[in-house]
Amino acid sequence: MTKPKLSSDWLAACAGCHMSLLDIDERIVKLAELADIRATPITDLKEPDEGGVDIGILTGAVNLTNHEEVALRMRERCKILVALGDCAVFGGVVAMRNFFKLEEALARAYIETESTDEDGKIPDSPQLGIPTEVRPVSNVVKVDLCIPGCPPDADVIYEVLSELVQGRMPEIKDEKLQWH
Amino acid sequence: MSGQRITIEPVTRIEGHAKVTIHLDEHGAVDQAFFHVNEFRGFEKFCEGRMYFEMPVITPRICGICPVSHHLTAAKACDELLGSPPPRPAHLLRELLHMGQLIQSHGMHFFELAGPDLLLGFDADPAIRNVVGLIQANPELALRAVNLRKFGQEIIQTLGGRKVHPNLAVPGGVNKTLKPAERDAILAQLGEAIETIQLGLAIIKDWAAKYQEDIEKFAVFPSGYLGLITFEGSLELYEGPCRLVDARGELLEDFSAGNYLDHIAEHVEDWSYLKFPYYKKMGWPNGAYRVGPLARLNVAQKVGTPLASEEFEQFKALNPGKPVENSLYYHYARLIEALFAAERVQVLLDDPDIFGRDILNTHREFKGEGVGVLEAPRGTLLHHYWTDDQGKLERVNLIVATGHNNWAMSKAVDVVAKTYFKGKVEEGILNRVEAAIRAYDPCLSCSTHAIGQMPLLDEVVNREGRLLDTLRRD
Repeated sequence: MTKPKLSSDWLAACAGCHMSLLDIDERIVKLAELADIRATPITDLKEPDEGGVDIGILTGAVNLTNHEEVALRMRERCKILVALGDCAVFGGVVAMRNFFKLEEALARAYIETESTDEDGKIPDSPQLGIPTEVRPVSNVVKVDLCIPGCPPDADVIYEVLSELVQGRMPEIKDEKLQWH
Repeated sequence: MSGQRITIEPVTRIEGHAKVTIHLDEHGAVDQAFFHVNEFRGFEKFCEGRMYFEMPVITPRICGICPVSHHLTAAKACDELLGSPPPRPAHLLRELLHMGQLIQSHGMHFFELAGPDLLLGFDADPAIRNVVGLIQANPELALRAVNLRKFGQEIIQTLGGRKVHPNLAVPGGVNKTLKPAERDAILAQLGEAIETIQLGLAIIKDWAAKYQEDIEKFAVFPSGYLGLITFEGSLELYEGPCRLVDARGELLEDFSAGNYLDHIAEHVEDWSYLKFPYYKKMGWPNGAYRVGPLARLNVAQKVGTPLASEEFEQFKALNPGKPVENSLYYHYARLIEALFAAERVQVLLDDPDIFGRDILNTHREFKGEGVGVLEAPRGTLLHHYWTDDQGKLERVNLIVATGHNNWAMSKAVDVVAKTYFKGKVEEGILNRVEAAIRAYDPCLSCSTHAIGQMPLLDEVVNREGRLLDTLRRD
């Protein structure tokens, strides 16, 4: 029997949730035995398998048009979608951007900041995504499981993934629901 | 521009979001390659209106790999704006937290992010060219790598309560003292950590000997170099004056971080959300310089701990009397710094003030403006805050580590594409272009800070669904 496939990606994220995942330390060996780890930001496959994966994980909020594409693609290609961390679940710290006028914020970053030289301008190449309102993943796609925390505890992440790859839906409650 | 365009998206085994576009001319040769950083969140704007003391908690969310860098730099900027320098025990504990971070970050980068290229090969099957592939190819080494990162993370957790986004530093000091049992626990693991780093050094030196031809042609170019320094010209990662040297290693500027605006400006390009810092006196792009491990070892004239010093002398011998320019030698320099950090852990833990209970300066001479500086794992980090007289932030300016390397990464990508691309799109060639970026161990979440456009339409409807009012923001 083939092992279940697992894939992850990060959106408007700080990488903290993936670092907390790495904080499972040597348990990564066990996880690699139970699951086939496919595309993630730290493996070299560039997207979740077209043929589909079993478990998809997204961290970070949606704040750029290409994040919407990534979220839609992950939802399409996975059976169970996990929103990992406060940014993916709620919007998180990055959602603080929503309190400001976007044009002022752009101007601050690329024109007004004290170190930016007199040729400052707002980047607009078609190679770059277009910024959007900051939203949790569930605003864009249906999420099956939410794991809050900033970041969630490594033990919780390990238990959740371990359950999922063995075909069980974990329950997150009591001390596993961490509100840092 | 005629010709094909090859896109690498996303660049993997780095922190953050980047893509590379390689533009070919009509003959199919590389015309130019670009390194596009495709993310931004806007900390410099959305921190306006917050209180200064929130910054050591908000800014770590810039980055989950090096949250300690932001945590400490924010606290330092707050120390200055309050006029409250921390007492010595607090200073030591903050530096210890930083050493824990350097060990985990550099360790993880070498073994888990860069390691797959070095240990499995640039041309290895992408499906296994990763940390899991390493576990299968060399489980003993992989376990050592995991434990090295764990060691650094546990120092952070001991001092700061958790591994990612810890809490130790507050304006004017820290919020916790160190206990003797905690010191003993760290020291018990230190020997193994040093052994693992030395194993890493043996690996990179063997690799360099075997691939000398690649090392000499893979993204080798001149630049300036920026780093903190001790007053005696020794490697410094926590606090000190800034030193900028030119491509020959000659002094351009010594300055204190508070005056960074006199020396550093940022250039903007259309095609990247990451700005390009440069040395103002030499203008853009001649004033480009590099930061991080390679740069810091080029700036330093010596290293203050014995094992790292010995490695440092060997490193300097690569290009006697001149800076080392080869991008791939970043991996080597990174491990020398990890070794230095590990030795610093011993020095700090042996300091009689490490258990000191005087951890908070409550005296205030409020200035309302402060700059904090630190050598983050990836380079010189600057936080600059301006507050009103109540301490509410009016302006924030951040120049973040990796950002200073933007010019260099862009150049590395261009040069490697031109060096290795021979007309046929092969995965191993594209991976080499990515490896040019990986050498710099970029932290792109750290380095980006802007916000975009989103028109908003709010419709207020009553219970029957009748439209009462419309609010529009374009």
